[in-house]
Amino acid sequence: MNETKKKHEHKDCRKLLGSLSEYVDGELNEELCSVLKQHMEDCEDCKIVVDTLRKTVNIYHMTAETEALPGDIQQRLFKSLNIEEYLE
Amino acid sequence: MNDHENKVEAEGFSLKLLQGGNPEEFSRLVNMYSSKIYRLAIKMLNQQQDAEDVLQETFIKAYRGLKSFDGRSKLSTWLFRIATNEALMILRRKHPDFLSIDESLETEEGEQEPVQIVDWCCLPENEFLSEETRKLLDAAVQTLPESLRVVFLLRDINDLSTHETAEVLGLSDTAVKTRLSRARLRLREELSVYFGERVNVIREAQRNESIEISSSREEKLFLRSKGEDENE
Repeated sequence: MNETKKKHEHKDCRKLLGSLSEYVDGELNEELCSVLKQHMEDCEDCKIVVDTLRKTVNIYHMTAETEALPGDIQQRLFKSLNIEEYLE
Repeated sequence: MNDHENKVEAEGFSLKLLQGGNPEEFSRLVNMYSSKIYRLAIKMLNQQQDAEDVLQETFIKAYRGLKSFDGRSKLSTWLFRIATNEALMILRRKHPDFLSIDESLETEEGEQEPVQIVDWCCLPENEFLSEETRKLLDAAVQTLPESLRVVFLLRDINDLSTHETAEVLGLSDTAVKTRLSRARLRLREELSVYFGERVNVIREAQRNESIEISSSREEKLFLRSKGEDENE
């Protein structure tokens, strides 16, 4: 075990867990943000959790953007609303 | 023009035309939000027919309700509220033991401690865009309890702000943040199991490739030296 791992006992990780989501959104308050950044310098595990959490959110954003309404469902919707003539 | 009309105008619609029953303006509204409403419904209910029912019912109710739309919230927020209520109604009908989406859940389920600690961010981009990944993403969302799922879908899939999500669900902003955090952490766990495995597979393939390359290089060297021997 290296020196940093010995010093780091992971007792802060649990406390910081609830802040990670706001951190990846860039919405965490300044004070907690600097505590978390400091913590991640010594804690590789939390850094991985933050990176993969950010990636998780990104992948969902990316995929959602490419999902369009299926054409047949759109047609039936316009028909049910009596606005078929405005179907693009 | 009053404040409420201004708000609707800011979303690109004329409240006057909508409330007057103008079909062209209404169809613009349908075009603008139908994809997002269907996406919310299909991921909430995981069933195409139910999702289509929610979609149709949302706009039928919106058409009827536009006259009394008070403009206190954005049109989109109002539509998502109708759609969410429709979807929740179907869930309740199908699962009578379904819990309501209220604040009382807050204390029951805390954040789960992360178990999967694998850095899979380095995977090639096409790994994240495959059909298999898309299925995995949808399946992972289905593992979330409804109270977390609906928050995640509104915030991260439909891109609503924390406050708009809170308005749709009648929750506080803090409750939305807490639920979003729990939902994302759970999804991260699910995705880490799969992508962590992909990292291993790719590493293994690279290792085998490098062994193959080095052994074929050795072979070539051997043949060359053999050839040299024979030439001598």
